Amino acid sequence: MKPAITLEGISKSFPGVRALSDVSLALYPGSVTALIGENGAGKSTLVKILTGIYQPDAGVIRVADAETTFPTALAAARAGVTAIHQETVLFDELSVAENIFLGHAPRNRFGLIDWKKLNADAQALLHRAGADFDPTIRLRDLGIAKKHLVAIARALSVDARVVIMDEPTAALSHKEIHELYALVERLKADGKAILFISHKFDEIFRIADRYTVFRDGAMVGEGLIADVSQDDLVRMMVGRAVGSVYPKKEVASGEPVLTVSGYRHPTEFEDINFELRRGEILGFYGLVGAGRSEFMQSLIGITRPSAGAVRLDGEVLVIRSPAEAIRAGIVYVPEERGRQGAIIGMPIFQNVTLPSLSHTSRSGFLKLANEFALAREYTSRLDLRAASLDQDVGTLSGGNQQKVVIAKWLATRPKVIILDEPTKGIDIGSKAAVHAFMSELAAQGLSVIMVSSEIPEIMGMSDRVIVMREGRIAGRFDRVELTAEKLVRAAAGIEAQVNGRAA
Amino acid sequence: MMAKLLKNREILLVVAIAVLVALIALRFPAFVAPANLARVYNDTSILIILALGQMAVILTRCIDLSMAANLALCGMVAAMLNSAVPGLPVPLVIIAAMALGGVLGTINGTLVWKLNIPPIVVTLGTLTIYRGLIFLLTDGKWINAHEMSDAFKALPRLDVAGMPVLSWVSLAMIALMFMIMGRTPLGRAFYAVGGNPHAAVYTGIDVGRTRFFAYCLSGTLAGLSGYLWVSRYAVAYVDIAAGFELDIIAACVIGGISIAGGIGSVPGAVLGALFLGVIKNALPVINISPFAQMAISGTVIIIAVAVNARAERRKGRVILKKAEAV
Repeated sequence: MKPAITLEGISKSFPGVRALSDVSLALYPGSVTALIGENGAGKSTLVKILTGIYQPDAGVIRVADAETTFPTALAAARAGVTAIHQETVLFDELSVAENIFLGHAPRNRFGLIDWKKLNADAQALLHRAGADFDPTIRLRDLGIAKKHLVAIARALSVDARVVIMDEPTAALSHKEIHELYALVERLKADGKAILFISHKFDEIFRIADRYTVFRDGAMVGEGLIADVSQDDLVRMMVGRAVGSVYPKKEVASGEPVLTVSGYRHPTEFEDINFELRRGEILGFYGLVGAGRSEFMQSLIGITRPSAGAVRLDGEVLVIRSPAEAIRAGIVYVPEERGRQGAIIGMPIFQNVTLPSLSHTSRSGFLKLANEFALAREYTSRLDLRAASLDQDVGTLSGGNQQKVVIAKWLATRPKVIILDEPTKGIDIGSKAAVHAFMSELAAQGLSVIMVSSEIPEIMGMSDRVIVMREGRIAGRFDRVELTAEKLVRAAAGIEAQVNGRAA
Repeated sequence: MMAKLLKNREILLVVAIAVLVALIALRFPAFVAPANLARVYNDTSILIILALGQMAVILTRCIDLSMAANLALCGMVAAMLNSAVPGLPVPLVIIAAMALGGVLGTINGTLVWKLNIPPIVVTLGTLTIYRGLIFLLTDGKWINAHEMSDAFKALPRLDVAGMPVLSWVSLAMIALMFMIMGRTPLGRAFYAVGGNPHAAVYTGIDVGRTRFFAYCLSGTLAGLSGYLWVSRYAVAYVDIAAGFELDIIAACVIGGISIAGGIGSVPGAVLGALFLGVIKNALPVINISPFAQMAISGTVIIIAVAVNARAERRKGRVILKKAEAV
C-alpha cells in the first residue's frame, strides 16, 4: 500500500534546541498511526511541520509520490492535511455550519454566501461524521465531544487525506471517548490516513494500527501495534542514560517543613497528602493536565481548595491569597514565564523586588537604594547577565528572564519554593545553571517542590517523586527506587506487571 | 546619543511642544512671553490634575470615563454648599468636594473590582448617573457668581509668589503623584498590574484592589478639580466640563501612557496635558477656528498613538523571537 504522506529526513532546530533530527514518518490510507513520546520529544514540532506552521530545516515531504512543501498552513490544508487539536480551534459564536465552511463557504451567483447550500452541505458532512445534529445551532451550545465532531466535519469538508489528532481525548468524558473511537473507525473506513497522538496506552492499543516512537527529537522505533507490547513502547520512550549530568547534591533531608493533608478541589484534584522535608527536592511528575499546577496554585492561595490543611514549621496555616503565602514563606515560580512570570516593561530591579517591597521600603515609602541592593544580591547569585539592573526585563533572553523570575522569589527569603517546569523552553546552558542553583538551595536548607514533565530532570534532581494522574496522587517513589518506567507507568495509568522485567 | 534621547517619549514630547511654541512665536511673538506661558500653564492646570488621575487608572488597564461628570457633580455640590452656608471655610468645602469625588471613584472601583464589570461599561454608566444626579439636585438651575462667596471664588486666583494658587495646586498634585507613582508600593503595583496582571497575582498583588485604589485616586482628583473649575469660572450648571473626559484621555495618550496599561509616567501625563493646553490657547490667537483646533487635536492624538504603537511593536517582536525558541 502506498503511503498518503511521507516525511523523510526531517530536521528542525530552534536557537539552542534541536527539536527534530532526521525524522521519517509515513502515514497510510485507512490506517491509524500512533505517535508516542515524552513531552519535548518533538511531537508538536512534527505536527506543526505537517500543517505548514513550521518549515523544516532539512528533509522532504511527499504527498502521493510528489515532492512538495508546505510554506503556509493554507498550503498544507490544500494538500489535504488537517489537524484536530486538543483544544478545538473553532469559533464559539458562529453556527456549526459556518464553522465547518469558514473560509470556503459555497457562494451563490452574486458572490454572496449561499446559506441554503451551506446548511445542507454541513448537514451531509455531519452525517458522514456520524453526528446528526442541526448545523444551524451555535457552536458554544455544544459539548466538547460534539465540537470535535464539528472539527472532523470541517476536516471532511476540505477533503482531507491526512487527519492529525493531537491528544483528542484529553478533555473528553468516558462516553465521549467511545464516540470518538467510533468516529476514528469511520474515518479509517473512509480511507483517511490518521496520525493519533496520545499519552494513554490503553487507547493506543485500542485504535492504532501502527506506532512511531520519538525520543529527544529522533525516531527510535516504528512498526505494527500487533507486534509490540506496552513494555517495549515504554522502554523505547525512556531508554536512555540519565543522571550523570545533573548536579544533584546529596543532602540528608531534615525534619518536615511543610505538611499538606487532605487537599481537594471540586473539579481539579483530590486526596493530596504529602510531607516536604528541609533541604529536600520533591519532584512532581505527571502528564500535562494531571492537576499538578492546579494543586500548586491552590496551595499558594490563587484558587481555594474545598478542603485541606497545611502545616508549615509546625504551625497550621490558612492561605487565602498569594500575599499570605509569600508572607508565610511559600513561593511559586509559575510555568509560563511570559504570562505569569516577568513583567515586561518594568526594569529588572523592580521585577526582582516586587514581592519584597515590604522589606525594602520604610514607613510606606520605597527605598530605591535598598531595592537595588537586594536585586543586585540575588541576580548576581544567579549569575544574571545584564548590562544594568535598570534595563527592561523584556530585553533579556529567555534564560535570563527566568533567572530574574527566580531571583524575585529567592529575594523573599522563602522556606518553600515551588518551581513549575523550571527549565521549560530555555537553552541548555541556562538549564544547567538553574539545576545547579536548585541543588545549592536545597543544600542550604530550602525545601523545593519541582513540578516537571521531563523525566530526566525529575530523575536527576529529585530526592523523592510524587506522580499525579487525573488529579490524584498515582505513585510515590524514593530516589533509590526511581526508574523512568515506573514514572511513565504511574503517570499513564498502566498497571504494574507482577512479573515485569527489570528496567 | 541624540537617537537615544529621541526614543525617550518625554523628551520627544518636550521637543514637540518646543517646536509648536516656536511656530506659534513666529506668527505671534507675544505668546512666548514668560507671563503668557505662565498663563497657559495656569489655564491647563485642571487638565493636568485630571490627566494624572486618569493615568493611574489607565496604567492598570482600566479607564475612567466618568471623571468629567464626577468633576461636574463635585463642583456643583461645592457651589451649593457654599451658597447654602457662605460662612463655611473654603478649605472645608474643598475637602468635602475631594471626599465626594473619592466616594464616586470608590463606586467605580467597587464595581470593577467586586462585580468584574468591564471598566469602560462601569464608567460609561456612572458618567450618565453622575450627570443625572446634578440635574436631580438642581432641577437644571445654574449657580451663578453672585450666589458664591468671594472667598470661594478668589482662592484659585490668589497670587502666591507670582503665580495663582491654581497653578500651585497643580504643581503640588504633580509632586504628590510623583511620590505615589515612584516611591510607594501602590504606585509600583499600578505598573505591575497593567504590565502583566497574571504575573502580578503571583507576586501577591491583588489586581482588583489595585484597580480599586486607582479609581479612588482618580475620583479624588476629579473632586478637587470640581471645586477648582467651578470657583475659577464662577458658575456651576449641569453641563460643565461636558466632553472633557475625552480631553483627559487624549492628554494621557499624547503623553505616552499606553491604553494597554503598564506604560506611562507622571511627566508624560503632564506634558500631554500641556501639549493640548498650548494648542487650545495658541490657535485662537493666530486665528484658527475652533473646528480646525478640534481637527488638529485629533490628528495629534492619532500621531501620538501611532508613535506609541510603533514603540510597543518593536518590543513585541523581541518577545516573539523568544517564543519561537520554546
